Amino acid sequence: MHELSLCENLLDQVIKIAQQHQAKNIESITLNLGPLAGVEPLLLDNAFKILKIDTVVANAQLIINSTPIIIRCQQCGEQSSATNNYLVCPSCQSNDTQLISGDELTLASVALYTAT
Amino acid sequence: MCNTCGCNVTPGNQTLIQNEKPKEGLTTISVLQNLLTHNNTQADHNRAHFDTEKVLVINLMSSPGSGKTSLLESTIKQLKESLSIAVIEGDLETENDAQRIQAQGVPAYQITTGTACHLDAHLIHNVLHHMPLKGLDLLFIENVGNLVCPASFDLGHHRNVVLLSVTEGDDKPSKYPVMFKAADLVLITKTDLLPYLDDFSIDNAKQNVHNLANNAPTLTVSAKNNQGMDEWISWLKSQINQHQVLLSNHQTQKPKVQQDGALLHAKATPHKFYPVKTHQQ
Repeated sequence: MHELSLCENLLDQVIKIAQQHQAKNIESITLNLGPLAGVEPLLLDNAFKILKIDTVVANAQLIINSTPIIIRCQQCGEQSSATNNYLVCPSCQSNDTQLISGDELTLASVALYTAT
Repeated sequence: MCNTCGCNVTPGNQTLIQNEKPKEGLTTISVLQNLLTHNNTQADHNRAHFDTEKVLVINLMSSPGSGKTSLLESTIKQLKESLSIAVIEGDLETENDAQRIQAQGVPAYQITTGTACHLDAHLIHNVLHHMPLKGLDLLFIENVGNLVCPASFDLGHHRNVVLLSVTEGDDKPSKYPVMFKAADLVLITKTDLLPYLDDFSIDNAKQNVHNLANNAPTLTVSAKNNQGMDEWISWLKSQINQHQVLLSNHQTQKPKVQQDGALLHAKATPHKFYPVKTHQQ
């Protein structure tokens, strides 16, 4: 449901960038999406297919980088991978961990053909 | 952390380093901007309004039927003599909840979303045009009943309170990690029903929240028999006080919607190599 509105916001950002760089054509759009972002990649991809029609991104490829869930333990300093619902440090069992990757919802980059 | 030797690159952010493609005419523009920027900008604007009027804003979230409105009715009964309270209600249809709150003698504004499954900062902003904030101590936003989407949308509020009723199962925090990870307080509700249930363990529910690396407190309440209401009201009062202290230091607080990942990856400058900020907000 809101993958569609997220995609609209995404396209707004990309179109602005295209205008800034006087781009003729967008080659690709790269997103970083983490499992804890609350967004489903497949639905975002479907939304993009619908929304890109008749826009400057009509021929663009959407690349979704799925970022891994990585935590850093604030107690012992250990960095490790984790799952969506188990973010406890595997070394010292502390739950005082910081998520350093895994909840991204970011437009990383846009590859485009400039006018020059 | 520096831009030159790469010591700020971690396995977590390595994928963000873009190499410019040498294809003719093809340029890669780095953006590194959150997709929820549109909502978040409006949310910050809302929060600035709230902070100007020194109102603490609490977002109540849960699945449908966990007891958000009943909790508010009971809370308002006990607090309305000492605090100025208002409520923004969110539902797909009906004004039932706003009417229940109004019957308690405090202002309530209903947002009917039609088909939208969560409130967002723009919907809240629209209500603010009709709602005087002056003199308010506490504003509750009762979000649309939904354990999924509301967690991702900053409304401009200060604290997230997530309800879980005892009839829903103690593994819900594991099943809905994004929501329960966003909680500043977890409230286990309808404890008056515990004698009739043999499959809800408060300790399991707490442990499941703990495993999300969330140290938010968990309180138990029953709006029906008043169990735990004193502790819940104490928490509310302490939050109001804490917030006033922050405001007097020209600070504010955001709820745990602000994703850690977004904090680490600041907006990029047009360089090939992107510095990663690691300071906490």
